[in-house]
Amino acid sequence: METVNTLMQLAAKRFKVDAATLRAEDDFFAKLGIDSLKALDLLSDVEDKFDVEIPDYELQGVVTFAALAAVIDTRR
Amino acid sequence: MQAEPFAAPVFQTSSLTLSLEGGSYELLLHAPPCNEIGTTMLDALEGALDRIDTSVGHSLIIRSGLEAGFCAGANLRELYTAIAAGKDATHHERLAAWLDRIHAVMDRIDMLPLTTVGVVHRVCFGGGFELALTCDILIAEKNARFAFPELRLGIIPGFGGIPRLRRDVGNAVVRDLLITGRTFNANKAQEVGLVSQVVPEGEGVRAAKALTAQQSKYDRDARVSCKAFMKPLPIEELAAEKAIFLRLFHNDAVTEGLRRFVESTDVRPYLPS
Repeated sequence: METVNTLMQLAAKRFKVDAATLRAEDDFFAKLGIDSLKALDLLSDVEDKFDVEIPDYELQGVVTFAALAAVIDTRR
Repeated sequence: MQAEPFAAPVFQTSSLTLSLEGGSYELLLHAPPCNEIGTTMLDALEGALDRIDTSVGHSLIIRSGLEAGFCAGANLRELYTAIAAGKDATHHERLAAWLDRIHAVMDRIDMLPLTTVGVVHRVCFGGGFELALTCDILIAEKNARFAFPELRLGIIPGFGGIPRLRRDVGNAVVRDLLITGRTFNANKAQEVGLVSQVVPEGEGVRAAKALTAQQSKYDRDARVSCKAFMKPLPIEELAAEKAIFLRLFHNDAVTEGLRRFVESTDVRPYLPS
């Protein structure tokens, strides 16, 4: 739960939205209105904040904050 | 990311602006969506290189004025249009001639008797990565990401990127980038020795100017000799890469890969699929 909350705060800061409007099961592409380039910005923030390295091919099919948080946790 | 050139233009097209301030040239790329390298950009790069006076300048900063990033690579739409028009008897010769022009531009930048500094933010993919690799020193803003996604299209990098990458980093890193097509963030790029400085977003130009100002204090002959000694052109490997690229480009898988990319409405075209 801690990872997904931190992740949603990161996304809120990066894309200037209210973190309180984000839910773990949200599709972050749809919810944030972002494309793959902006998703890579989020990935950079994630790798920096959590001190992890996530090859982006491991993110195929990962579209929710909860799913991304699970990938982050496997790399910590 | 600073969108405007830092001095009055010496040369300008719709794709780029070349300016000169205090002995430092700046090549500012600004061809939306993300400085794709096709015929128009190639014409512009050749024009800019023709106007660089190496007896006046001591350095060249290459960067992008676009929010999207440094450069997303080759103009795949132009490539697909050319390939989809049909492969006549002159197709191979035309493709080879086009590739020779790109190599000539990359080689000219690579060997300029100036200190060249690439400032990279966000996207630095494919041909854009290959352009960055011609620079002597790379400064990456925190949000920069580097990738060679060519294998997804059934080809290898063809603008000289593999020999240049191999010149700078270990072979295992080269294979990782090529075979997986994954992106490296700025810190990873620095860790493997590709990037010399990682700076906060928007700080790349300042860092590059400080660097070029410092090296301008040193003797020109020493600077130029040092660069020529430490950065030889990998001539044989460049030719070998070009030959492999041209051979692979004739495979039907390439046409299909380009078609998928060009016709894609996916919001995730830059992520592996």
